[in-house]
Amino acid sequence: MIQFILKRLLLAVPTLVAVLTVVFVLVRVVPGDPTIVILGDQASEAARADLRARLGLDRPILVQYLAFMGEVATGDIGRSLTTNRPVLEDVAHVLPYTIELTLAALVIGVGIGVPLGVVAARRRDGLADWLARIVSLAGVSFPAFVSGILLLIVFAVELRWFPVISTPRTGSLLDRLGALVLPALNLGLLMVAYVTRVTRSGMLKALSEDYVRTARAKGMPGRIVVWRHALRNVLVPVVTVVGLYLGVLIGNAVLTEIVFNRPGLGKLIVTALTQRDYSLLQGLMVVSAFAIVIANVLTDITYGFVDPRVSAS
Amino acid sequence: MSEAATNGAATNGAAPAPARAGATRVPGADLLRVEGLTTQIRIGATWFDAVREVSFAVQGGETLALVGESGCGKSLTALSIMGLLAPRVGRVAAGRITVDGVDMTAASERQREAMRGDRLAMIFQEPMTSLNPVLTVGFQIGEALTRHRGLSRRAARARAIALLDRVRVPSAAARIDAYPHQFSGGMRQRVMIAMALACGPRVLVADEPTTALDVTIQAQVLALLADIQRREGLAVLLITHNLGVVASVADRVLVMYGGDVVESAPVRAFFARPTHPYAEGLLRAMPRVDRVQELAAIPGQVPTLGEMPDGCRFQSRCPLRVERCRERPPLAALPGRPDHAVRCWVRAA
Amino acid sequence: MSAALASAPSAWRRATRSPGLVVGLAVVVAVVALALAAPWIAPYDPNEQDVLSPLAPPSAAHWFGTDFFGRDVLSRVIWGARISLSVGFLATAAGVVAGTVIGIVAGYCGGWTDRLITAATDVLLSFPQLIMGLLLVAVLGPSIGNLILAIAVTAVPAFIRIARGSTLAMRQRDFVDACRALGFSDLRIMFGHLLPNIMDEVVVLASLWLATAIRTESTLAFIGLGVPPPTATWGGIVREGFDNLLDAPWLSIFPSLAILAVMIGLNLIGDGLRDATDPRGAP
Repeated sequence: MIQFILKRLLLAVPTLVAVLTVVFVLVRVVPGDPTIVILGDQASEAARADLRARLGLDRPILVQYLAFMGEVATGDIGRSLTTNRPVLEDVAHVLPYTIELTLAALVIGVGIGVPLGVVAARRRDGLADWLARIVSLAGVSFPAFVSGILLLIVFAVELRWFPVISTPRTGSLLDRLGALVLPALNLGLLMVAYVTRVTRSGMLKALSEDYVRTARAKGMPGRIVVWRHALRNVLVPVVTVVGLYLGVLIGNAVLTEIVFNRPGLGKLIVTALTQRDYSLLQGLMVVSAFAIVIANVLTDITYGFVDPRVSAS
Repeated sequence: MSEAATNGAATNGAAPAPARAGATRVPGADLLRVEGLTTQIRIGATWFDAVREVSFAVQGGETLALVGESGCGKSLTALSIMGLLAPRVGRVAAGRITVDGVDMTAASERQREAMRGDRLAMIFQEPMTSLNPVLTVGFQIGEALTRHRGLSRRAARARAIALLDRVRVPSAAARIDAYPHQFSGGMRQRVMIAMALACGPRVLVADEPTTALDVTIQAQVLALLADIQRREGLAVLLITHNLGVVASVADRVLVMYGGDVVESAPVRAFFARPTHPYAEGLLRAMPRVDRVQELAAIPGQVPTLGEMPDGCRFQSRCPLRVERCRERPPLAALPGRPDHAVRCWVRAA
Repeated sequence: MSAALASAPSAWRRATRSPGLVVGLAVVVAVVALALAAPWIAPYDPNEQDVLSPLAPPSAAHWFGTDFFGRDVLSRVIWGARISLSVGFLATAAGVVAGTVIGIVAGYCGGWTDRLITAATDVLLSFPQLIMGLLLVAVLGPSIGNLILAIAVTAVPAFIRIARGSTLAMRQRDFVDACRALGFSDLRIMFGHLLPNIMDEVVVLASLWLATAIRTESTLAFIGLGVPPPTATWGGIVREGFDNLLDAPWLSIFPSLAILAVMIGLNLIGDGLRDATDPRGAP
């Protein structure tokens, strides 16, 4: 297993380099002079030249690229243009909030999505199946900020069950959990749609497989056949979808953090955008790139646990 | 068409054959008895008879071969016995199935579950797909023991090693925690057999157990099955389309066509004198080394269920067809041969 | 779209029999009609301010209430449909055309061209679509043209992948060889013969991507990277409502429901089309 994990990590390096290159290209080579975007078109030529030098934009593009990659390799992802603090410090400050939110959403998404998909597949056209269809449609239809705002209006503004501003207070654990509930629900319920879809179709396929018939021929009751024999096989496509969903999850987390006014990577990205802090933005993109690559490696490792055929080959 | 008459004839015609010399028997006991089984499958909104009034019995130590082309109803018969028909598309419409004295057709699903994997076991055609890829073979073999015998996981695992050893999987103890993909096709089928034997069943249904295997492996697996059967006095229902397999292991043969049993005979009598035109055709289509003859395919194709003719279902392809074939012939014993019955107006009845 | 479906009459018949697809079409057609008829049916000028009644709750005069500047929300939602729908539609169209062309070329030419394009596609697809859109708009600056460009770019990789895959599958068939033997040029084979054969799959994906594009537009507007104010867009109105959430929740609810209706409609259409063109039937 250790060897398998190391191999996956090694394989991730070229992907990481490619993604970092995309970030670099997007931030520097795209048309439009960043100094005009940052300083506005009224700025003097001297001020723009000064900013260009500060950003290192006066060097040849290849030198900039190599310098960028070298810095990232040594763990330096730049300093904020506005606060001059190292980007890594800002990220380290808010990362726990984002991880907390994303993990809670994963638990909700898988914890509700998998059972719902299984029950929907077992009783086709039954109550659970209809519920699954509605949830699936809602999940792919709701933009995260729309669902977030509706949750906020219903549960925080009208019912007053939860705080409107979900800034995790340093107060009691209960306060912090209370502040997490709505954002996590927003992120998690959107994910339920995808997990339910893939679980349902995977379970329908698995239940028609020969090994399910074998299990029934051994006298296993339906419940054990479904939850022990079929579900283990369904988890393989579920892991795939969860892995693919991480990209959407990151995007939705940004919106959720804005709507519920939570600190996190998403809020930091928006700050960078509104303040036109390109160094911060680039640093955050590098962090996202790492997050995605790590998530992919974690997905692959999960495969190894779920499907014995993967780790052996 | 007189249902009662044909049904009666079918039961008589398929009465147990005399023992083959040397085979051990539980005297006088039919471990598996099928009477007037009619199984329907649903296509669109219509239910079609895919198995019609099939009757037979298998005693301990005896092997009954059910032969016919794909779609003739032999696998559906097996699934009906097991109670494994997919509920929305298949159902037993009439008849009675008795396994080791238990009426399976009258039993509740819970009672059937208690029988399956315990006194009644089945092995399937595709050892590649019939084993669960994400569970160890040891777990899959031992699972029936934890279920039916209340063994602990640990005890079941120990029994599983012994079972793997018994089906002659080399270094069983070392391979008990391996996954199916780490086994070859022949070894997987041995695992399937070990799984079926776990609780010491009385009746074994084997659906094309060797079809997916290489020829040399086929012989080994068949020898293993025959050996186990002899020692345990199992009643075996062997489903196959391979007449070579039938010749080497079966005691009696039931030929099915279009859901009907068209011929029922002891294995020697069947190969010496196939009587139904379809059975004749089947044998003629089989290559043989001991005789130089032209291989003859049976003309035409099996009609689909919706197009099945009334009366004799083979009439559309039969060279001997007469006017009377529009009526369904009974399964009638040949003169002077009470154990050899044929469903044909021309050749019998 | 109709050409691709007309080539498969049974698919069209299956599609019209699916209730989801019919409902989805009805919703989308209704919203498009409202958007087109905006100058005639909107009760007020969407930018006309009434400083005397800001943040008024829904009433007979203002069905959806008014916003912070006293503008009629109903009129703004109707006019906003024009921006949201046209940005979504144009971006999807541009993304589909570019992605499909590149994908066909990659699949048809093979070799290094294919490997390069596939590698680039994989990297782009591994990047979250919304983050990519954010980054592009931030770098390009917010204007309608840049918005369309940014959203189109995020759509391209998905269409490259599907067009390439379908082209590869098509190439295995004999008719490509037959076309070559007849002396057709590569261009004519690619766009005269391969393209029509892979249209079904492209159309299904495009209908689903239209939803994604409209969602991206409204999301960017919500974050503040959309078409600059005072132009009415759905995401922008939600944003303004969000800033006054405690005093005037209706302000964000109505445009949210409009977005939701179009999303549900387009997803129903996409699912219906997928089931209709997939001969294996509904999942």
